[in-house]
Amino acid sequence: MEILLQPWAWYIAGPALTLVMFLLLYFGGNFGMSANLRTMCSMAGGDKFSDFFKLDWKNKKWNLVFVLGAILGGFFSSQFLTNGEMIELNPNTISGLEQLGFSTPNNNYLPPEIFGGTTLFSLSILIGGGFLVGFGARYAGGCTSGHAISGLSDLQIPSLIAVIGFFLGGLLMTHLLFPIIFKIPIIL
Amino acid sequence: MKYLKFLLTGVLFGIIMSKAEIISWYRIYEMFRFESFHMYGIIGSAVILGVMLIQIMKRKEVSNTKGEIIRFKPKDMSIPRYLIGGTIFGLGWALVGACPGPMFVLVGYGYLSLILVIFGALAGTFFYGLIKDRLPH
Repeated sequence: MEILLQPWAWYIAGPALTLVMFLLLYFGGNFGMSANLRTMCSMAGGDKFSDFFKLDWKNKKWNLVFVLGAILGGFFSSQFLTNGEMIELNPNTISGLEQLGFSTPNNNYLPPEIFGGTTLFSLSILIGGGFLVGFGARYAGGCTSGHAISGLSDLQIPSLIAVIGFFLGGLLMTHLLFPIIFKIPIIL
Repeated sequence: MKYLKFLLTGVLFGIIMSKAEIISWYRIYEMFRFESFHMYGIIGSAVILGVMLIQIMKRKEVSNTKGEIIRFKPKDMSIPRYLIGGTIFGLGWALVGACPGPMFVLVGYGYLSLILVIFGALAGTFFYGLIKDRLPH
C-alpha cells in the first residue's frame, strides 16, 4: 500500500499509460483525449455553427465516460492515495521559478501565481492558455494522447510532426514568453 | 454496463496521471527546461512499449471486445497542419501546464480553477470549427 501512496516512477507510469491505450483499443475505442472537446461542442449545439460539429456524438459516449472516470481517478487519488509528500523538483527549476517571481512550490501540482488568483491576469492566462490548447489540438488533429502516445506508437509521421510542434511551442513559451508574460503583474 | 469498462479505465488513467505527477504544472515546466528525465521517461517508455504492442496487434490481427479486428488508420499527410497546430497547442500546454487529459483529472483532484481552462479549451475547439476552412491544412 505504501508504494501506491508515494509518487510513481516514470517506469511505472509509462507502461501503465500503454496499458490504458491497449484497454481503450481492446474495448473498441482509442486513446485521444481532445476528441472529447469536439464532442462536447457538438452536444452543446455547435453543429448549428459549423459542419465540423455535425457528428453522431452518441458513438463517442464511451470517451466521455472515460473522461468521467479520469475525473473520479483524480478525486480518488486526492482522497486516498496521497501521503502528503512534496514534489521533488530539480533545484534549477526552483530557481527558474524564482526568477519569474514565483514562490517556492507549496503544493505538488499548481503555482498559485497562475491558478490561485481571481485577478484579470490569472483569469486571462487560464482561459487563454486553454484556448490555445483546444484550438491547437483540433488544428493538429490530436493532443498528447492522440499524437504523442497513440500516433507515435503507430509510427505515424504526421504525429511526429505534431509532437515536434508541441515542443516548439512549449519551448517558445517557457523560454521566451514566460519572462515577458510574468513581468506583467509586477509592472501592474 | 457497456460503459463500466471505460469508466474504470478512466479511473486508472486519472490515478496514473495524479500519482506520476503528470498533471503537475511544475513537471511540465521542468520538462520544457530539460531539467528532469521524469516526463521524457514516461512518454518514451509508453511509446517504446506502444510501438511493440501495436506491431504485435497488427500482425496477430487482434479483435476487440465487439469481435472486430482492431484497425489502425494512417493519418493524412500534411506539414503545416501538424506543425502550426502542434506549435499553438505547445504554447498553451506550457502556459497552463495541462493538456486535455490532465485538465479533467485536476478538476477531480479538487483544483476547480481548471474549469476555466476547460472552458477556454472548448472555446478554442469551437473557434477552430468556425474558421477551419480558412486555415492551411
